[in-house]
Amino acid sequence: MGCLSFVWEWGDMKALLQAQNVKKVFTSGSLLEKNETLALEDLSLFIQESPPTVTGVAGESGSGKTTLARLLLGFIAPSEGKVLYRGRELQKMSRYERLEFRREVQAIFQDPFEVYNPFYKVDHMLTTPVAKYHLASSRSESRKMIEEALEVIGLQSEETIGRYPHQLSGGQRQRVMVARALLMKPRIILADEPVSMVDASLRATILKSLLKLKQEFDISLFYISHDLTTTYQISDDILILYQGSVVEVGDVELVIKKPQHPYTQLLIASIPQPDPNQKWGQDSAPQVKQLSIKVNHGCKSVRCFLYKDASVIPGNTIGKIMAQKRKGAITRRKRLQESAR
Amino acid sequence: MKTEILKVHNLRVYYHTPLGPLKAVDGVAFNLRTGERFGLVGESGSGKSTLALAIMRLIKPPGRIEAGQILLNGQDLLKLSKDEIRQVRLTKIALVPQGAMNSLNPVMRIKDQTIDGILNHMKAISRKELNERVFELLERVGLNPEVAGMFPHELSGGMKQRVCLAIAISLNPEVIIADEPTSALDVVVQRQVMLTLYHMQETTGVSVLLVGHDMGLMAQFVNRIGVMYAGRLVEVGSVREIFKSSLHPYTKLLIDCPPTLERKGEFKGIPGLPPLLLRPPSGCVFHPRCSKVMRHCSVEVPRLHEVDPGRWAACHLYGNGEI
Amino acid sequence: MKTLGKSLGRAAAYGRRNPKLVIGMVFILLLLLFWLIGSLLVDLTQSQPISGLPDQSPSLQYLLGTDSNGRDLLAVMIVGTGLTLRIGILAGTIGLGVAVILGFLSGYYGGLLDTLIKGIVDVLLTVPPLAVLVVIAAMRAEAITLNYMIVIVASLSWMLPTRTIRAQVLTLRERAYISMAKLSGMNNLEIIVKELMPNLMPYLAAGFVSIAATAVLASIGLEALGLGPQYLPTLGMTIFWAISFSALFRGMWWWWLPPVVIIVILFVGLFLLTAGMDEIANPKLRKTM
Repeated sequence: MGCLSFVWEWGDMKALLQAQNVKKVFTSGSLLEKNETLALEDLSLFIQESPPTVTGVAGESGSGKTTLARLLLGFIAPSEGKVLYRGRELQKMSRYERLEFRREVQAIFQDPFEVYNPFYKVDHMLTTPVAKYHLASSRSESRKMIEEALEVIGLQSEETIGRYPHQLSGGQRQRVMVARALLMKPRIILADEPVSMVDASLRATILKSLLKLKQEFDISLFYISHDLTTTYQISDDILILYQGSVVEVGDVELVIKKPQHPYTQLLIASIPQPDPNQKWGQDSAPQVKQLSIKVNHGCKSVRCFLYKDASVIPGNTIGKIMAQKRKGAITRRKRLQESAR
Repeated sequence: MKTEILKVHNLRVYYHTPLGPLKAVDGVAFNLRTGERFGLVGESGSGKSTLALAIMRLIKPPGRIEAGQILLNGQDLLKLSKDEIRQVRLTKIALVPQGAMNSLNPVMRIKDQTIDGILNHMKAISRKELNERVFELLERVGLNPEVAGMFPHELSGGMKQRVCLAIAISLNPEVIIADEPTSALDVVVQRQVMLTLYHMQETTGVSVLLVGHDMGLMAQFVNRIGVMYAGRLVEVGSVREIFKSSLHPYTKLLIDCPPTLERKGEFKGIPGLPPLLLRPPSGCVFHPRCSKVMRHCSVEVPRLHEVDPGRWAACHLYGNGEI
Repeated sequence: MKTLGKSLGRAAAYGRRNPKLVIGMVFILLLLLFWLIGSLLVDLTQSQPISGLPDQSPSLQYLLGTDSNGRDLLAVMIVGTGLTLRIGILAGTIGLGVAVILGFLSGYYGGLLDTLIKGIVDVLLTVPPLAVLVVIAAMRAEAITLNYMIVIVASLSWMLPTRTIRAQVLTLRERAYISMAKLSGMNNLEIIVKELMPNLMPYLAAGFVSIAATAVLASIGLEALGLGPQYLPTLGMTIFWAISFSALFRGMWWWWLPPVVIIVILFVGLFLLTAGMDEIANPKLRKTM
């Protein structure tokens, strides 16, 4: 597979955070019996420096989206390929660069309870980053910054500061997390299923505050979810992930309204429409086979009736696709057709 | 005219907390007809799961069934002894609880777990017949017969859930209560499982009570819907009528508010906060959040009454059912 | 130390639900008070030999009588209790210190370090502690000091707590709040001390008590065999002398009975304390702290 040497500029767009041909394999088992699980294969994507954008990643369980999040945050290293921030490989950064990276790329996770250390009040979650990143020069300044961030999200400091995590509701805890992310004035916020464990009535509020971060504070969002609907609502671009590969990528309106890849079509068709006249299985959605077989390369849609023995399309093609954002949704299959001609 | 296989009258289930009684289900009445798919929809805290558990008499302290009747084929389940209700469970009514797939015994093969359930209620069956029954059940839910010899961890989430469905129908119950059966599943698998349930229901004619919070799922699956809010039923009607022109303001919000793939829009939530079940608002429990609220709403509790044939609503907009 | 204060506050509330813990603590406290108040009221130099007439039965002058070497036994008991408690606390601190360092390093960093530490712990756990202690002590029987004893008994009691701490760290390390701490810019050491350790307070406390208890038991055992510090009137040594001088047969109950009583109170207290601590440390019985 050709390995082009990459510059961190795609045409005229500078990449802030990018993944290049990233592959992640997890091994388990003992010396004698090794089990390999392929979590991500040949994945490339990038988030540009400006203007801020919301990139959505939609995938079901087993698609590799959690692994992707951990790779982009630098919690794990790729088995092959690189993750770069401002052109510097994460694994090769100096301590200072690492600290910069950590401040500029923040995250909001799924479980609003687990993210809090139960020993401390929620203040700890807010004061620690201010202290560690030297964002304020005094206690009172720190306190002021925190109150302002909470206000932006619509939380009263009397309701939140001084309380323990279990004294707040799930929705409030998650909103405090958003405030915390804002506090550090990052460039990118990675949100991994931020509303899936929150009551439906509070989801809208949290999503609104996330969008506010992009619109008023110039922060790019990377939104990972299994819920295609909310991902659609919040994203500008979308990647559809299936068993570790990107199967479709492009402008979110195009991908959702005119899905090209059979898996995307299946995903959209499976969403239960709140309209008794539009039933499942009434349109020509692809059939789904029973047992899924793990395929290590090639077109992953084994479940799909269109499965053909397609060969791998290099990840850099997908990267280029991302760079040509407004040119519409292009799928791997189409690329294959073009190159076969 | 369909007969009613399950009738719930004036059911009240309270949880007795140190701060007072929490009225999880407060005077609910509805009927499940033979062979129909009825959807009980509501947000978390609406009491729908409590209602499902109450019908199975699985409420544990500090929860208690305070009042009401649950008539299955005319027999009041609340008056049965512990042994009698145990017999009724699985043979007459089966429950597929939330997270059922996690309740499968990890060290038993699927076949053995299914047989376990059957043997608990029917003793005189030969080994051969039992095995045949297992294969038959798996086929009913669209699973390969080889699944019988597998362990739960070898199956995917959707397959495990279908195993739970198979166990639920193993003794040909008359009613199946499915409490959020697909909430932990991906959307593609959810469709598979729900279609399986649908086909199974059509072929066996069992009556299904689907409890959930997803209006979209209800639209796809059920014949009739009952909307619950803060422990009360606020509207009941056929699925088409409810989606076309719902009566209760809350129902309208439930249908309109969730985001869709139709177009990007403003994020809409249901305004206001969920009610405190310890100190519910006076009069109509929904009135603090209602866009059509009238003065009368904070005074008198609206009763669920038949506004039009087959359409019930508990809302002062439609009078209070006085004749 | 705000975090310690917080821990103690919550522990007190828990004490009401855990009587074993409370009674155990009361027993130990009684002994502590005995030593403290006794030191103030009694002339402790009398615990040395030839302080008074030998073999005296209890009287107004010598409340617990004297032994065959002329030691005032009341003074001996007070000094002895103090010494034994000191062994427990110091050995507990040293042992816990080692367990904390090894347990956290091993659990948090994993990899080769973990394999190494785990291996050492597992091997040392197979060593029969008392037998080894006897051998070590016997090799230096003449010149054993109290501190030497403390180090010896601490050296073979830290392994199990290391394992417990490691196991807990392995679980907690994967928690989401540790990821958040990393995102907040904390380095690994800060994470261990500020995020992990407070949540492990119960285990650390339980570990301390268990190491201290083992140390005390071991020291008394060694001393009773005569392998302790010869010139110090510890409880164990008193028993040793009592046996050597046939106090039992000579009916000198005031010589062998008091140390036995104190040792029993100590053992029962430590046992109840350990049992109470077990409840704290057992994750099934505790919610996350």
